[in-house]
Amino acid sequence: MAPRFDSVQQVRDGLKAVNYLADDGIAGVAFLADRLGKPILVEGPAGTGKTQLAKSIAEMTGARLIRLQCYEGLDESKALYEWNYKKQLLRIQADKNSDSWSDVHDDIFGDEFLLTRPLLEAITAEEPVVLLIDEVDRVEVETEALLLEILSEYQVSIPELGTITAKQIPMVFLTSNNTRELSEALKRRCLFLHVDYPQMDREKEIVLTKVEGITEMLADQIARIVRSIRQLDLKKAPSVSETLDWARTLVLLGLETIDAEQAKETLHVLLKYQTDIAKAAKELSID
Amino acid sequence: MLDLLSGFIVELRNAGLPVSLTENLDAMTAISHIPLEDREAFKYALGATLVKNHAHWRSFETVFEVYFSLRGPEYSITDGDGEGSVDDFLRQMQDAQMKGEGNGGAGGMDQLTPEELMNILMNALMNGDQAMMRALARQAVQRFAGMEPGRPVGGTYYLYRTLRNLDLDGMSEKLMEASRQQVGGELTKLEERLERDEYNHRIEQFKQEVEAEIRRRLVADRGAEAMAKTLRKPLPEDVEFMHASRDEMQNLKKALQPLTRKLAAKLARKRRHGRKGPLDFRNTVRHSLAYGGVPAEPKFKYPRPAKPELIVVADISGSVAAFARFTLMLVYALSNQFSKVRAFVFIDGIDEVTDYFKKTEDVSEAIQRINTEADVIWVDGHSDYGHAFEVFWEKWGKEINPKSSVILLGDARNNYHASQAWVIKEMKQKARKVYWLNPEPRSYWNTGDSIVGEYGVHTDGVFECRNLRQLEAFVEKLA
Repeated sequence: MAPRFDSVQQVRDGLKAVNYLADDGIAGVAFLADRLGKPILVEGPAGTGKTQLAKSIAEMTGARLIRLQCYEGLDESKALYEWNYKKQLLRIQADKNSDSWSDVHDDIFGDEFLLTRPLLEAITAEEPVVLLIDEVDRVEVETEALLLEILSEYQVSIPELGTITAKQIPMVFLTSNNTRELSEALKRRCLFLHVDYPQMDREKEIVLTKVEGITEMLADQIARIVRSIRQLDLKKAPSVSETLDWARTLVLLGLETIDAEQAKETLHVLLKYQTDIAKAAKELSID
Repeated sequence: MLDLLSGFIVELRNAGLPVSLTENLDAMTAISHIPLEDREAFKYALGATLVKNHAHWRSFETVFEVYFSLRGPEYSITDGDGEGSVDDFLRQMQDAQMKGEGNGGAGGMDQLTPEELMNILMNALMNGDQAMMRALARQAVQRFAGMEPGRPVGGTYYLYRTLRNLDLDGMSEKLMEASRQQVGGELTKLEERLERDEYNHRIEQFKQEVEAEIRRRLVADRGAEAMAKTLRKPLPEDVEFMHASRDEMQNLKKALQPLTRKLAAKLARKRRHGRKGPLDFRNTVRHSLAYGGVPAEPKFKYPRPAKPELIVVADISGSVAAFARFTLMLVYALSNQFSKVRAFVFIDGIDEVTDYFKKTEDVSEAIQRINTEADVIWVDGHSDYGHAFEVFWEKWGKEINPKSSVILLGDARNNYHASQAWVIKEMKQKARKVYWLNPEPRSYWNTGDSIVGEYGVHTDGVFECRNLRQLEAFVEKLA
């Protein structure tokens, strides 16, 4: 099948058009994933736009986004497929007398009685899709194995039906907050992308594109203050989304530049621990 | 190209990165899809296929720099005589510079006096001019490092020589002064801080340029393989606590936070997913009401294993201080996984430091206070395990109960004092478990004045804990 992207630059521009500012690494890996037909494992601190990346790629390529939110206790019937048990029962009871057993047997394990869940849905989709498997580190190691077949072969084996192979290879994103080490088998099947806090210039760009009505001056100041804060030894460094929240707050307050007093008063938008706020205020000499 | 890549991958494996055969093949396929002349894209293609753990990224970068630094046109080594766009640009800049000083400039940078060079550097840093900084880095290395082919010294030596001549610390101050003048007067404290961070960032960038330049020249001199070998550094999780440099310590600290998060999640999960408990009769009956009294849905009790109580007794004398600090940090970061954590530190006297951790949420601040305030010196400030244990037993011994696990940290180098190993024996009888963690390699145990064996026989196990990997394995076992 035809590749989605022609060049890394195209990915970058395309993402920019949907308001996602990718750096070289992000665009490059997305481009490669398409060419190699491999899933991307996106890792990094919370709030740096891992999930947003998948959404933006979907928007950019005009594909439907199918999302599987992982949690502890996720199993086959929630991730892959499930037989519609009630419907099967009805079917059996509806014509108790007529059909022979083998007819009924063949019948109740047909497509009609299959409930597709996100993974199977992504495989069977006719139109282009982007599959997002969010926070994959939350499932148990055993459940991870569920994903292996679909990630490497793009197929799902259902004992009663046989193997269902993908009609087209979807773009697959797995995100992880790194709360546990993922298995080697899973990592091996993916391209690895670490999304870190952005460089100052990129963060400024992000603020400028995402926050309406912000002045260049204010965006610059915000990016610089955030960078300084991230260098401190904090419990939780401010994420990009928190930077954006802060920028929006400042814009709502009608500010065009920020001074120490205003920074101090709004710092709680950026930092979520009292000790962190105190520390930042002290370090930046704004108390 | 293939040869070069396979050499590169062998080196990655030597550096400790787990690169599998399939990943190797993926890398080969990946680079066929990207334009080879684009060095950044090339790097990310290799990175995405070969490095699957962010902690390994630095090691990857180093190896990459060594193997592929020479192979870009803009990085070709030209000794001084200007060519290429960067140098042209440089000359223009220089001309502009010279005019101001009434000194009609010509030629490459070679003719500049050191003062002029410093001025240009300062300007470049002031404006954040990347191309200029790169050119200057090259010039500085050529001028100050005094590199000679075949000389058997490491890159750090050249780096030191170059930077010594540039006086970058003074530069930071000068830059601050300049920007104060630019504004015309005083900067507010916030502005000052931001400016300083900005300049430090740029100077750091410049330093990296210098380092990269030195590395390029060394590779040209010695060949990639030999160079990679000298640069090989252990991965963060393999760095030994006892011999970590300041830089490595910083990295370890950074690695600690994700590690604690990981451990906490793991421990919580482990506790929840134990065996299933016995039938919960009351609960089953209550739910049976919904089915007209038929116990259709049996309910089970979930066992709630008691969280262990932890008593940490750590030697914080010089030789093992880093290790003790680390373990305390880790334990306190995980403190919600234990019902109670108490910490004691000693050298030859012993003091309880639990309160330091209680008063502040910031573990590193607490550690700082321990170093300065804890009363741990009794006579001379040389480790005396025997005395410390004896006092511990006298003062706090009765508070040890069957729920508490005791962890003893130290190398058991007792300076030939009496061991008082009976304390550990008594302790073992009262406590749930007694463990000893030793940051020394196993082969050093019981040599010289180390008497870890004497204590060890009374404990439930002595563990070698030289690096994060081993420490992590132990903590996981503990809870």
